[in-house]
Amino acid sequence: MSGSDTPKRSMRTPLGRVRNLGAAHSGTSDFWRQRITGVAMTLLMIPGLVIIMMLLGRNQVYAAQTLSSIPVAVILLLFILASAWHMKIGMQVVIEDYVHNEKLKLTAIMLNNFFSFAVALASTYAILKLSSGV
Amino acid sequence: MVEFALPKNSKISGGKTWPKPAGATEVREFRVYRWNPDDGKNPSVDTYYVDTNDCGPMVLDGLIWIKNHIDPSLTFRRSCREGVCGSCAMNIDGQNTLACTRSMHDVKDGAVKINPLPHQPVVKDLVPDLTNFYAQYASIEPWLKTTSPTPQKEWRQSHEDREKLDGLYECILCACCSTSCPSYWWNSERYLGPAALLQANRWVSDSRDEATGERLDDLEDPFRLYRCHTIMNCAKACPKGLNPAEAIAELKLKMVERQI
Repeated sequence: MSGSDTPKRSMRTPLGRVRNLGAAHSGTSDFWRQRITGVAMTLLMIPGLVIIMMLLGRNQVYAAQTLSSIPVAVILLLFILASAWHMKIGMQVVIEDYVHNEKLKLTAIMLNNFFSFAVALASTYAILKLSSGV
Repeated sequence: MVEFALPKNSKISGGKTWPKPAGATEVREFRVYRWNPDDGKNPSVDTYYVDTNDCGPMVLDGLIWIKNHIDPSLTFRRSCREGVCGSCAMNIDGQNTLACTRSMHDVKDGAVKINPLPHQPVVKDLVPDLTNFYAQYASIEPWLKTTSPTPQKEWRQSHEDREKLDGLYECILCACCSTSCPSYWWNSERYLGPAALLQANRWVSDSRDEATGERLDDLEDPFRLYRCHTIMNCAKACPKGLNPAEAIAELKLKMVERQI
């Protein structure tokens, strides 16, 4: 970018601009949770895929019977919770990286939270419904 | 949104091709970014031919030869010419590096293409405006902070603790790493960038410093620190062979350590 394109700035000092509103004192929790959910997904991926393969092409009765097993239901529930959480954090990072308009960013982050929560809840409800044989 | 294209007045147009030096038997083509804030024109790329029998082997030697023999208006920073000061950092053949330590013979195939460090405002030609970069360095308060009474001689440090600073203290603040980092391109106003964070880790790792916790407090921020996505361009670009990405990972580890 040539110098003439530099946005018009206030007369604030460069150090004042860098310090700006100060540190948020957060971010580590999201960073750590992203790692935890990543590891959890890696561990749960194979059993999760095996269960899904077992259900492919089968009817609802068979699915309900399979999911009535507590370990099977728990594995799927953990996989879904870890995935939804990981998805929410990962998408938020992408939004923070690329969306610079504050209003748009806040809206996108809010929608991302709603979407991730809805996906997690709907999937959890479906598994619980099937596993309880209702 | 992030801008992926250059603004209209930053688009590069064709530049001037300067004549080959008379009587030269071996010449090397240099294509150099030019922009003058005073003439109101878009940036251009000028082509020069350097007499390689009449100058040193480094890219900086070629630039100095051009300035002395062809075009005195060509503007670039340089000082130590031996990789210590970091002044002559620029983008050579697509890689951020120091012009004084990059041999023009290492640039394979065709012309030596030279641009200013990416994604910074340009002052003129190859000189970027690093005001924000230096302010970010100042913001990490790069000096020893203590509350204990100052000893009569010096703050003592064991050999083992001193070794922890290896790979950190050598940074010359040339800005090659920060300006090669896409995260820094998109969020340079809020993300401190690899150079400032490597320096931050240098002070966090210093056994003599008594403000480690406060330093980590000031870094704990989704933008200041956690914009690093371990892309590793910084480690690839560093002309001193340092690994800022590893230093940032150490900072993140310390953040987790103090919470768990």
